[in-house]
Amino acid sequence: MKLAAKDLLGIREMSVAEIELILDTAESFLEISTRDIKKVPTLRGKTIINFFFEASTRTRTSFEIAGKRLSADTINISASTSALIKGETLLDTAKNLEAMNPDIVVIRHSAAGAPHSIAKRIKQGVINAGDGAHEHPTQALLDMMTIRQKKGALAGLKVAIVGDIAHSRVARSNIYGLTKMGAHITLGAPATMMPMGIAQMGVNISYSLEEAITDADVVMMLRVQLERQNRHTFPSLREYASRYCLNTHNIKNAKEDVLIMHPGPLNKGVEIAADIADSPQSVILEQVTNGVALRMAVLYLLMGGGDDAN
Amino acid sequence: MLIRNGRLIDPSRKLDVIGDVLIIDGKIAAIGTNLGKRSANRFSARLKGATARRASVQEIDAEGLIVAPGFIDIHTHLREPGFEYKETVQTGAAAAVAGGFCAVACMANTAPVNDNAGICSFIKEQALKANLARVYPIAAISVGIKGEQLTDFSDLLAAGAVAFSDDGKPLSNPALMRRALEYASSLGATIISHCEDLELAAGGVANEGFTATILGLRGSPMLAEDLLVAREIMLAESLDARVHIAHLSSARALRMVREAKRRRVKVSAEATPHHLFLGEEALLGYDTNTKVNPPLRGVADVQALREGLGDGTIDCIASDHAPHSSIEKDVEFDYAASGMVGLETTVGLALRLVEEGILDWKTLVAKLSCNPARVLNIPGGTLKVGVEADLTLLDPRLEWVVDKEKFHSKGRNTPFQGWCLRGKAVMTIVGGAIKFVDESIR
Amino acid sequence: MDAQGIDRSLARIAHAILEKYGGVQDVAIIGVRTRGVFLAKRLRDIMTLVENREIPLGVLDITLYRDDLTKMRKKPLMAKTEIPFSIDGKRLMLIDDVLFTGRTVRAAMDALIDFGRPRSIGLAVLVDRGHRELPIHADFVGLRIPSTFEDDVVVRLSEYDGVDEVIVMKTSKVKKR
Repeated sequence: MKLAAKDLLGIREMSVAEIELILDTAESFLEISTRDIKKVPTLRGKTIINFFFEASTRTRTSFEIAGKRLSADTINISASTSALIKGETLLDTAKNLEAMNPDIVVIRHSAAGAPHSIAKRIKQGVINAGDGAHEHPTQALLDMMTIRQKKGALAGLKVAIVGDIAHSRVARSNIYGLTKMGAHITLGAPATMMPMGIAQMGVNISYSLEEAITDADVVMMLRVQLERQNRHTFPSLREYASRYCLNTHNIKNAKEDVLIMHPGPLNKGVEIAADIADSPQSVILEQVTNGVALRMAVLYLLMGGGDDAN
Repeated sequence: MLIRNGRLIDPSRKLDVIGDVLIIDGKIAAIGTNLGKRSANRFSARLKGATARRASVQEIDAEGLIVAPGFIDIHTHLREPGFEYKETVQTGAAAAVAGGFCAVACMANTAPVNDNAGICSFIKEQALKANLARVYPIAAISVGIKGEQLTDFSDLLAAGAVAFSDDGKPLSNPALMRRALEYASSLGATIISHCEDLELAAGGVANEGFTATILGLRGSPMLAEDLLVAREIMLAESLDARVHIAHLSSARALRMVREAKRRRVKVSAEATPHHLFLGEEALLGYDTNTKVNPPLRGVADVQALREGLGDGTIDCIASDHAPHSSIEKDVEFDYAASGMVGLETTVGLALRLVEEGILDWKTLVAKLSCNPARVLNIPGGTLKVGVEADLTLLDPRLEWVVDKEKFHSKGRNTPFQGWCLRGKAVMTIVGGAIKFVDESIR
Repeated sequence: MDAQGIDRSLARIAHAILEKYGGVQDVAIIGVRTRGVFLAKRLRDIMTLVENREIPLGVLDITLYRDDLTKMRKKPLMAKTEIPFSIDGKRLMLIDDVLFTGRTVRAAMDALIDFGRPRSIGLAVLVDRGHRELPIHADFVGLRIPSTFEDDVVVRLSEYDGVDEVIVMKTSKVKKR
């Protein structure tokens, strides 16, 4: 069994079979993190470069642990500590990376399409750890893994994704993945945070939180920040919270055994109330645990090359 | 020079006939059929008077070729002064003649900006030195293209500027645009407007639409263009001034121009080949050669623009030739500079519009020659006896493949790499001198 | 070997293990995926019946410990490893269907060492077909089958393949090592 391409750049191009392969493999990796010696020698001697142009402690740590538990050597390069100056062409960056001869490169970047451009230019496999508002495939995969664990199958589930959809790569990747696997998605956001044409992805739209999460099996809350570039999309965080914050009151619209998810880090009080985040329905911490296993699975499946063994 | 047996197409004189063109001393001396060598010598003798001697006449066999008044590209960026690593007036002029253009008008967003007579004269000088295509500088409307203060229009016109534009940027202050239109109008000059409301555009790098959503790119809504086009039309109408809309890309804006023309507002418009051929899906894959301002729009807009070409709403096809080096283009899509080269692909693509039945030959020539000359109020666009002999010869059946490595421009940023086109400009004559011959007819 | 032959071998092996350890004190059985697991279960059932005591059973997937893994573009299907007890101080008996080059057993031992410190590790296999590439030997063997390297020695079990049998498929084709 293998993945179609040398890279993992997005869920949109993946097949159902590939997604299932990754999820199944990830299940098998979960147990390693519970052992006393949390290591397997699988990727011993292999080099993984984590190239994070955009700061992220969470995702980077997850990839680092995943690589180390597979006995690989993991190297972290961040935009601030690297010698690669801003403004260097992507081609030069890619050539530099290739010259270091890693086995796999994990890239997070604030510009959509950057991992694609680099993947086109180097022979090593590239994993997209998040590029602008485009995709965050490993996040969506670990989200699907978590849902599958708790709910059995993904097909037929009602999933609500609430937040700044327009700027969210997590939302996009999850939409692609969950719809491929047969789930039904409803997006909840103010009109100013709904991206153009999103209904063409086969999802339902609602501008009301209560309506979006009605009868949902899974509710996924997205982090909302009003940074400089989207400061006009909503008056204030306070106003946002009053209409779109998931709390003990409005959660009643969803099914009783609803799963509560969040990619983290949480803005408690903005998109999710503290007591909801810590409730028994919340699988936010499981998402983190699964994240390591999922990334181990992805590294394992993408690593290597050469001839097929018999 | 005697050009024989070409298909002479000149919409300005409603001409479409197989014939000959006789050029003497850089001017068109005669147009007719069967102008033999003898006639040539007779004319030559008569013109040169008593000291006439038997002049040798260069003969060009134009059988199967179309002979048109020299093409004029009214929207190019030649990057000199200031960005010579991207292009110079010389390389730009070489690209122009290679693309079939006898003349180009170049925009003012150089460094320093072309907002004074000194820069204007410099550009004209460089063009004379290059001795290839004619170069008509378009000067800035505002000093430094900062949008605060008008430049010295009269001074600039005297130094050789033919029109005014802050292209690259919009002139955001409506009060300033009003004064610019009033003043330019009184001088008989045209203002060319780059229509983009910067606040609405909000740093978008693609057309706001489904493709931008899929790609995760910040979108610039068509509203940003429509709003300013509406403004310019209203200003032109109320001031009875002339305005030319640069690189029109939106269907709604096109409709507004069409209706304004019906009301006899003095508005004209141009469209680029990339907006006539490519839609926003071209961005899938993040090729920065597809990043342009205004961005590639939706399928409906491309269709509307083509209709607009056919019914005369769009007066000119202009390349918006914008060369960039790999430093600006070989970066992440968000950070890449906008723009594509076009001097060497525009005519080939325009000919495809004829092939596809969008335009007939007369209209094509009008869009590339007569109308640009009219908009800028410069000589050209006609095959009349006595005018400077600027001619573009086209081979409508020549099949060729776009190869950016063969470009004469320094820029390699084209999304049309590898396109198989039928029809090419094979000879460019400026002032009676051959400035470019395609390798196919060497 | 047919179904009856397999049953007889397993019975013999089970009793031999009990004899070696003098009972089942601190004994645990680890089946190596895939078919080793079913054999381990059968052995455990026999031994439990005889000794009337519970014997811990673990399942080991050695995919991640293979030494040829990163050279393969197509990864073998992985399954879970489940060892729901501590192996520290235990006398482990590894069970697999076929012992061939010995690399699978080496990988299994590496995996077990990562889980803890067993008191000892023994090995029982249904079939030993020779051609060892490492100094590995089985303590208990059901059947020794001479074969050439290119032959295919196949064990089929009813739990997985629907039938119990051991067959040798001779080939004249030279297979890549």
